[in-house]
Amino acid sequence: MKSRELRASLPSLLWLLVFVAIPTLLVCYIAFKPATSNGGIAAGWSLSAFKTLADPFFPTIIARTVVIALITTAACLLLALPVAWTMARASASAKNWLLLLVVVPFWTNFLIRVFAWKQILHTEGPLAMLLRNMHLLEANAMLLYHPATVIVVSIYSFLPFAILPLYATAEKFDFTLLDAARDLGASRARALRQVFLPGIRRGISTAAIVVFIPMLGSYIIPDLVGGKESEMIGNKIAQRNFNDRNLPQAAAISAALTLAVLLPFAIRRRTRSD
Amino acid sequence: MSFLRFENIRKSYGSFRAVDDVSLSIEKGQVFSLLGPSGSGKTTLLRMAAGFDKPDQGRIFLDGIDITDLPPERRKVNTVFQNYALFPHLTVRENIAFGLKIAGHDKNTIRREVDRMLALVDLEAHADKGIGAISGGQKQRVAIARALVNRPQVLLLDEPLAALDLKLRQRLLMELNAIHEEVGITFLYVTHDQSEAISISDQIAVMNHGRIQQIGTPTQIYETPHNSFVAAFIGDTNFLNATLESSLDPHHSRARIDAERSIIVKHERPLRPGDSVHLSLRPEKIHLSRSEPEPAPDRNRAQGLIEDRIYFGSHTRYRVRCGPLLLTAEVQHQKFSASDASLAEGDAVWVHWQADDSFLLESYDAQDEALLTELDEEPHDAAP
Repeated sequence: MKSRELRASLPSLLWLLVFVAIPTLLVCYIAFKPATSNGGIAAGWSLSAFKTLADPFFPTIIARTVVIALITTAACLLLALPVAWTMARASASAKNWLLLLVVVPFWTNFLIRVFAWKQILHTEGPLAMLLRNMHLLEANAMLLYHPATVIVVSIYSFLPFAILPLYATAEKFDFTLLDAARDLGASRARALRQVFLPGIRRGISTAAIVVFIPMLGSYIIPDLVGGKESEMIGNKIAQRNFNDRNLPQAAAISAALTLAVLLPFAIRRRTRSD
Repeated sequence: MSFLRFENIRKSYGSFRAVDDVSLSIEKGQVFSLLGPSGSGKTTLLRMAAGFDKPDQGRIFLDGIDITDLPPERRKVNTVFQNYALFPHLTVRENIAFGLKIAGHDKNTIRREVDRMLALVDLEAHADKGIGAISGGQKQRVAIARALVNRPQVLLLDEPLAALDLKLRQRLLMELNAIHEEVGITFLYVTHDQSEAISISDQIAVMNHGRIQQIGTPTQIYETPHNSFVAAFIGDTNFLNATLESSLDPHHSRARIDAERSIIVKHERPLRPGDSVHLSLRPEKIHLSRSEPEPAPDRNRAQGLIEDRIYFGSHTRYRVRCGPLLLTAEVQHQKFSASDASLAEGDAVWVHWQADDSFLLESYDAQDEALLTELDEEPHDAAP
C-alpha cells in the first residue's frame, strides 16, 4: 500500500482496531479464562468454557441457526431480485422514490419494528383475528413463537440489505446484453439466467453475505418473536451472559461463531481473485 | 423477389412519430443501408426487424413469412449492436459460441463453427481472452462473428462502426465488405454516416423524420437526389433557385436567377415557363478559371469573387460570390499546378459548369440548407 493510501485509510483502520479487533481479541482472551461463581473472571487459564461447546444441544442449535439463516438469505435474494430489477429499469425520478421507500424503514428503530410485528402477529392482533374469521387459523393457535415467525420477521428486517447491493450492481448492468441474448436465440428466462444473473453476481454474493452473517448472530428477533423451538446461537450467548453470568462460556461460543463467520469471507476472497 | 419486406410500418413513442408509413423491399444477398440523421427512424426499423420493438401498424415479412409477432429468439436474423453488447463474463470464444449452445449443437460442431468464424474475422490468437482484454476493433469483429455463426437469413448491423476512430472505421468497412462477399448473407445496415453507406451498400434508403426520402443505388442517391434533404445529407451541394423562362428543347430550359443571371437547366419531366425550380449542383462539378471560358450552348458560366478558400491536400474548397449566389466549388489537384495555388481570397474568377451536371429536385425545403457543410468544418462529414 502506498503511504498516501495508508494515511487516507488511517481513521477507518483505527476505528476497526478499537471497535472490532480489540473487542474480538478480548472475547478470545476471556474465553480461555476460568469463571467465578459471581459472574467474574478468575486468574489463570482454563479450557473449561470451550468444553460447554460439547453440550449435546449445541449441534441442534447450530443446525437450526444455519437453516434459519439460509432460508432467510434465500428468501431475501428471491424477493430482492425483482425489486432491484424494477428499480434499475425505472426512470431516474422513479428510481429515487423507490430507493427512498427501501430506506424508509431505517427511520424507525429496529427494536420498535420487531415489536410492531409482535402486535401484528399477536393472538388478539388484526392478522390472527382475520385468519380466524376466515377459518384459516384454529381458535387457540398462535402466529407468534414459531421458527417460521422468526424467519418471516428476519426476512422483513434484512430485505433492504439484500436490495441495496443488488440494485447497485443491476443499475450498472447493460440491459442491451439481454437483447443480445434474445437475438442469439435465448428465451427470456434463459437470458435472465445466463446473462443477467452472471452480470450481477457481485451484488448477489454481497447481498447473501450481508444477510447470512448477521442472521448467524441473530438474537433480538428470535428472542422477541421466537419460542423454545426457534432458539438460535445468539440466544445461547445471551443466556450465558445475562442468566448464567458465565462470561467465559459466552465468550467461547462467540469466538467459535466469529471463526465460522470469517470462513465465508476467506472463501469469497479466493473466488474473487480468480 | 424481395426477401425482407416492411409493409406500411408505423411506430410512435408518445407523440413522437418514429416511423411514419414506411415500406421497404430488400433483395436476398444485398447490402441494404438505412441512412439518416439520429431520430430519423432507421434504428427503430432495425429493432423491429430484430423483434425488440413491435410496429403499431404494418407487417414485416422475411422470406415470405410474416415475422411481425415473433419474439427475437424465434427470428432467423442476428444483430451486431452499436456498442457490441458482448457478454463481459465470457471469453471471445464463449461469446461466439453463445447462440450455437442455445440452439443445442454438440460440442464438436460448436468448436468447428466457432473456429471457422475466428478464422473469418482473424481472431484465432485472441480466442481465449476476456472481452475486457481486447481492443475496440477486435470487439467489433467478435460481435460480427457472434452474429454470423448462427447463419442468419439477415444480418442486422446497428451503426457497427460508430464507436471506432476514422482509420479503423475505414479498415473495418473494407473487412465488412469482404465478409459480405464471402458469406453472401443479406445485410441490413443502419448508419448516419453517408460515406459508410455509399461505400458498402447495394441499395440505400435515405430517411428523415420517420419517412423514406429516397431509395436507390449509391450512385442514384448521390447523382440524382430527389429532394433537398437527400442532396444536402449525402455529400455536399449548392442549391440554385430559379424561375423558368423559355424552353430550349423538351429537356432543357433557360431559367432566371436574378436580373443579370440566367442558366440552362436540365429536366426529365415537362416544365412550363414561369415554374420555379430548385437545383442541386455538386461542388466538384463546378470549374473555376481566371480567364473567361469559351461560351458554349450546354455550359453555364458566371463571374464571381472568391470569398474564402480552404486547402484539404487532395483538393481545395472555394466559396465564390456571384451576385445573390454563394457557390461552393471543389477543385481536385490532379497534378500540382502553380495556378491552383494562385487563386486567393478576393480574386475575380469565372465559375462554369456543364448544364447537365446540375440536377432538378422534386421538392425543396430551405431548412435543409443547414445540413450543408460550412467551409471551416471537415468535408464529407454529415451532421449526425
